[in-house]
Amino acid sequence: MGNTNAISVTESDLILTVRDVRKSFGRVEALRGADFDVRRGEVVALMGDNGAGKSTLVKILAGVQAADSGVVTLDGNEVVFASPDEARAAGIETVYQDLALADTLDSAANLFLGRELRRQGFLGHIGFLDNRRMRREAREAFASLQVTVRSEHDAVGNLSGGQRQGIAVCRAATWAQHVLFLDEPTAALGLRQTRNVLDLICRVRDQGISVVLISHSLPDVMQVADRIEVLRLGRRIAQFTTVDVSADDVVAAITGARGSGQDDEGQDL
Amino acid sequence: MNAKLASWLTRPTTTMLLVLVGIIAIFAALSPTTFFTLANGQGILSNVAILLVVAVGATFVIITAGIDLSVGSVLVFSSVLGAKAMTAIGGDSLPAILSGLLVTIVAGGAWGVLNGVLVAKAKVPSFVVTLGTLGAAYGLALVISGGVDVRSVPTPLVEFGNGRWLGIPVIFSIAALITVIAGIALALTVFGRRTYAIGSNEESARRSGIRVERHLIKVYALAGALAGFGGFLSLARFGTTTIAGNNTLNLQVITAVVIGGTSLFGGIGWMFGTTIGVFIPVVLANGFIIRGVVPYWQYVAVGTVLITAVLLDQRRRLRQLS
Repeated sequence: MGNTNAISVTESDLILTVRDVRKSFGRVEALRGADFDVRRGEVVALMGDNGAGKSTLVKILAGVQAADSGVVTLDGNEVVFASPDEARAAGIETVYQDLALADTLDSAANLFLGRELRRQGFLGHIGFLDNRRMRREAREAFASLQVTVRSEHDAVGNLSGGQRQGIAVCRAATWAQHVLFLDEPTAALGLRQTRNVLDLICRVRDQGISVVLISHSLPDVMQVADRIEVLRLGRRIAQFTTVDVSADDVVAAITGARGSGQDDEGQDL
Repeated sequence: MNAKLASWLTRPTTTMLLVLVGIIAIFAALSPTTFFTLANGQGILSNVAILLVVAVGATFVIITAGIDLSVGSVLVFSSVLGAKAMTAIGGDSLPAILSGLLVTIVAGGAWGVLNGVLVAKAKVPSFVVTLGTLGAAYGLALVISGGVDVRSVPTPLVEFGNGRWLGIPVIFSIAALITVIAGIALALTVFGRRTYAIGSNEESARRSGIRVERHLIKVYALAGALAGFGGFLSLARFGTTTIAGNNTLNLQVITAVVIGGTSLFGGIGWMFGTTIGVFIPVVLANGFIIRGVVPYWQYVAVGTVLITAVLLDQRRRLRQLS
């Protein structure tokens, strides 16, 4: 693998690999043999201009769409996700851009949405919720990631955008075994809230979960990402280690204004 | 916990509870010997029962951000089928009555499943689906009955339907029991939680792994089955089908549910509110009749209460957001 910041990586360091994935919608080729790597316990930014194929790649990895061809491995095993349920069962969680919270439910109910805890014994068997335990575990989950929830009885729709994003990320991190995808998590947030979410991303990584940050915001990416992978026109065209690269180089790779030396196959751009 | 209490006190349902108590107090003061009597109270409870059963189902549907306009027709259809079944089996036998019960619930449930499948799988808006089945169920009820009410309801059933137990009309006790069970299911079970989640954010529910389509079909089936059971109670109470008598039942039920604080936008609502919402129009109508007010005024009053309830709710939410 020749690229600008070649680092020796053994296969066992990789939690998720994508190789030569293709996906077309009619005559539009969204992914033309895309590659992508996620290492264990890192924050990797997936960048690219609009139409680069980021969303399509994420949807394939989240089980929302199926690839036409290509190979995806998770923790060393080849996987194909036929549905979002399968992706989640395999340990991949996704937080979508449009905050997928149920606004009229409280934070604990949102954290356990679709995975509600039931009471012990007969009552649980006929479907009774264990609200006390869910509240307690939610409190612990929020505390461990230092997410503040102003009022735990309040519907999340009444909370600020930052708190809501915090809850959404915390929910996904709570259930993610391996990889957490965050699609533009700071797009709708102010400066301080953005700061909080970026800190939160680091804490999630420190818990051992790999985070894939899909973002257009170069300052955010430079701040939290360990590595950056860039897609253009449906292919990976660059991999960077954040500390070794300047923002200009990343922008150049995204826009294609300047070749970043070599592309993924080691051919001159 | 104080915050919880405060939120309860400012709930629109609490306001509506006060409105109900106020209405009762006013009529009781004006007509202590006619309104505030055991007999009149029993009458009110009897009038509430059927509406309440149907409104319980509507509460679930409306919390999913859907609407069921078909309940009145489904009630009539089910009662026609149930009455026919009981007549066919014959006599005043218990098997006849039990098969009537079964037929009404199954018939109502079947319409509910049809509504649910069309809403959830075919993605037709619930307003349109249930407007269609409103017409279809009513039409089929007329076809089956020839447009004539079926009056051959077993006598023991009618006696049961007009009986009292500890002074409380039996059909109200049944309705109250159903309401309590459904209220608990809504507030405390996984089924209820997912009903709220779907109404709150259907896409989020789907992404959380909730089988939204299947759940919606269950909710509409429940509403249909309860409308069917309402048909059975109606047979028990009146001893006849009431083909022409339920044309506005759907609107009465939706009015009651909304007065009770359930949001037409979904995700918010509770069964206690629905209960109050059912009582307010019935008590108003009863009081107006006793006071000798032209009974048509009740519609004006109920309309006013409905708009006031929603207005209060909206203002409260605006305050919360600001």
